[in-house]
Amino acid sequence: MSNDVFTRDYIESYSTQQQEPTWMTDFRLKAFETAEAIDMPKPDKTKITRWDFDTFEHVTNNQSAKQIALNDLPEGIKKFIDIEKEQNLLILRDNVREYVHLSEALTKQGVIVTDLRTAIKEHADLVKQYFMTDAVSVNEHKLTALHGALVNGGAFIYVPKNVVVEEPIQTIFWQDNPAQALFNHVILVAEENSEVTYVENYLASETEAKTVMNVVSEVFAKANAKVSYGSVDHFAHGTTSYINRRGLADRDAKIEWALGQMNDGDTISENVTHLLGDQSVCYAKAVSVGRGDQTQNFTAHIVNHGKHTDGIILQHGVMKEKATGIFHGIGKIEHGGTKANAEQESRVLMLSKHARGDANPILLIDEDDVTAGHAASVGRVDPVQLYYLMSRGISKQEAERLIIHGFLAPVVNEIPIEAVRKQLTDVIEGKVY
Amino acid sequence: MSGSTLEIKDLHVEIDGKEILKGVNLTIKGGEFHAIMGPNGTGKSTLASAIMGHPKYEVTKGQILMDGEDVLEMEVDERAQAGLFLAMQYPSEISGVTTSDFLRSSINAHREEGDEIPLMKFIKEMDGAMDYLEMDKNMSQRYLNEGFSGGEKKRNEILQLMLLKPAIGILDEIDSGLDIDALKVVSKGINKLRNENFGCLIITHYQRLLNYVTPDYVHVMMQGRVVKSGGPELVERLESEGYEWIKDELGIEDETVGE
Ligand SMILES: Nc1ncnc2c1ncn2[C@@H]1O[C@H](COP(=O)(O)OP(=O)(O)OP(=O)(O)O)[C@@H](O)[C@H]1O
Ligand SMILES: [Mg+2]
Repeated sequence: MSNDVFTRDYIESYSTQQQEPTWMTDFRLKAFETAEAIDMPKPDKTKITRWDFDTFEHVTNNQSAKQIALNDLPEGIKKFIDIEKEQNLLILRDNVREYVHLSEALTKQGVIVTDLRTAIKEHADLVKQYFMTDAVSVNEHKLTALHGALVNGGAFIYVPKNVVVEEPIQTIFWQDNPAQALFNHVILVAEENSEVTYVENYLASETEAKTVMNVVSEVFAKANAKVSYGSVDHFAHGTTSYINRRGLADRDAKIEWALGQMNDGDTISENVTHLLGDQSVCYAKAVSVGRGDQTQNFTAHIVNHGKHTDGIILQHGVMKEKATGIFHGIGKIEHGGTKANAEQESRVLMLSKHARGDANPILLIDEDDVTAGHAASVGRVDPVQLYYLMSRGISKQEAERLIIHGFLAPVVNEIPIEAVRKQLTDVIEGKVY
Repeated sequence: MSGSTLEIKDLHVEIDGKEILKGVNLTIKGGEFHAIMGPNGTGKSTLASAIMGHPKYEVTKGQILMDGEDVLEMEVDERAQAGLFLAMQYPSEISGVTTSDFLRSSINAHREEGDEIPLMKFIKEMDGAMDYLEMDKNMSQRYLNEGFSGGEKKRNEILQLMLLKPAIGILDEIDSGLDIDALKVVSKGINKLRNENFGCLIITHYQRLLNYVTPDYVHVMMQGRVVKSGGPELVERLESEGYEWIKDELGIEDETVGE
């Protein structure tokens, strides 16, 4: 990396200043060594050699953790929260904890919801066990290595065995300082027979300031656990983002992703789930809107390892103006995954002549006794559908709006928290019109 | 004069460069019910689609006037605003848009901005019309026409007709695929609108619909033209004798629009 602010010394002193245990300091230093030695990722069909992954500030907020009153939050943040109800909620502002609350009942049952910094101190063994070990690894490419070296925020969510979390757990990662980089790391562990719904919001001040986001989520669904994971990413135009969400599902486990990928800047976003245990299931649903001159490369990837596993990918994207959106859907069935099922559907709706969209379905099958299917399309708003709506008096613009919302609805409707679902709809509205 | 008047004069229409309508003349006034019959492929749906402004149909000659205003100059939504409504032979399916949201947008499109229909009033009107058409209320929460059976789609078209109350309604094979009970219900919906301010053009192949919804005028289309017009008695003759006698009378061999 060409940025010479970040050196061994910097990383060591950052770790010390964060009062991290030695194992974490060592982890960072080792990751940094790796970062210097390996290459950038090479996402298929997108050239990122000229993307700016170097211009950012690593620490802009040196305050210690706080507990503010929710009512003191700015409106722009508050609207993502059902403020009337008791919330299982964690808010980080420029990587520093601003607020955390978990219901008493869940706390008693041993559920943990906290920021990563606190978790490294208070739940070291658990973090050590899951942080960049079995899911995402430092060695994948330069950006995962840098993530390990420079991680500066995140959340740790832990649901013990047999605990069913009824109300969703929500996190808000709020970039307030426009130059602030989020090297944000989320670990979500759902132990055997547990259930949890988690929704995260990445919010940014809308500016042209240059910065970088390097986000990794690792989800562990143990035997018969159910994890529903929703997100809304909305970084600004000047932000270059790398986002990596990974899930591991054990026997009979289920992971459902509902991802609202609404960044305004250049973005690589990959979502990979390994169905390790027999009968495990993954639904990977994502919506994206591209506008302006941004380029985005999305990968939804499910690997069926276990028998009778079921992996279903659904991605819908809308591209307008000069935006480029590449959608890879990868269904892979490993040898031994008998009776596995891999389905995928990727659809891109183009709203302008200059937009570029590409749906790239891939099925890789190393087992005979399986079922698989894919559907992919890149198209424009259907003139006959427009005609039908307009024939009832609806204006062309409103008719297009209805069709686009309808096109994105299969994923938007899956977002589990109503306030977030509504915000996602508004973000879409803002991006499309 | 009450109601609106739709005038079609010497209408020629092409689709993909092929001429389908070859000079249609027809006038429908408020209070009048017209039926158009005719064998398959003679241009009936083409006429309906051209009136509404379907993007695939190109008018090459002639006029369509609504109360003297040039309909051909209007966008599709403006035609609806002017009082035209087409219940389509094959309504579109629109995924992700609930029937209820669509109906509300349609109703609001006919009202001034800032004067949108209050939600409760809308629900009351929609539920009332759905009851009248014996429709399952859950249907309003389903995506528009998606997975609807043929009969459900037709009822949904009439539901829209009832809620939008246009000046001129064109019903393209609203009876096709309906069982006898559904046919009665749909007819009841159409008849409810019957008054001096509502003109209707009913395209159908069968007498059975016209037994319930009696037309004032009956027209027969062949070869992209109206070749014969008369009163309700024409329906009975067509039902019992078919179209051969008209073809003989006019010396027509191939009734379709031909190559
Ligand atoms: N894209 C096209 N290219 C060429 N001919 C077409 C095209 N679309 C429609 N037609 C022809 O136009 C003619 C008239 O069609 P239209 O749908 O108006 O008939 P119709 O009278 O409504 O028939 P039906 O009773 O079967 O509904 C038919 O012969 C049809 O094949
Ligand atoms: Mg027809």
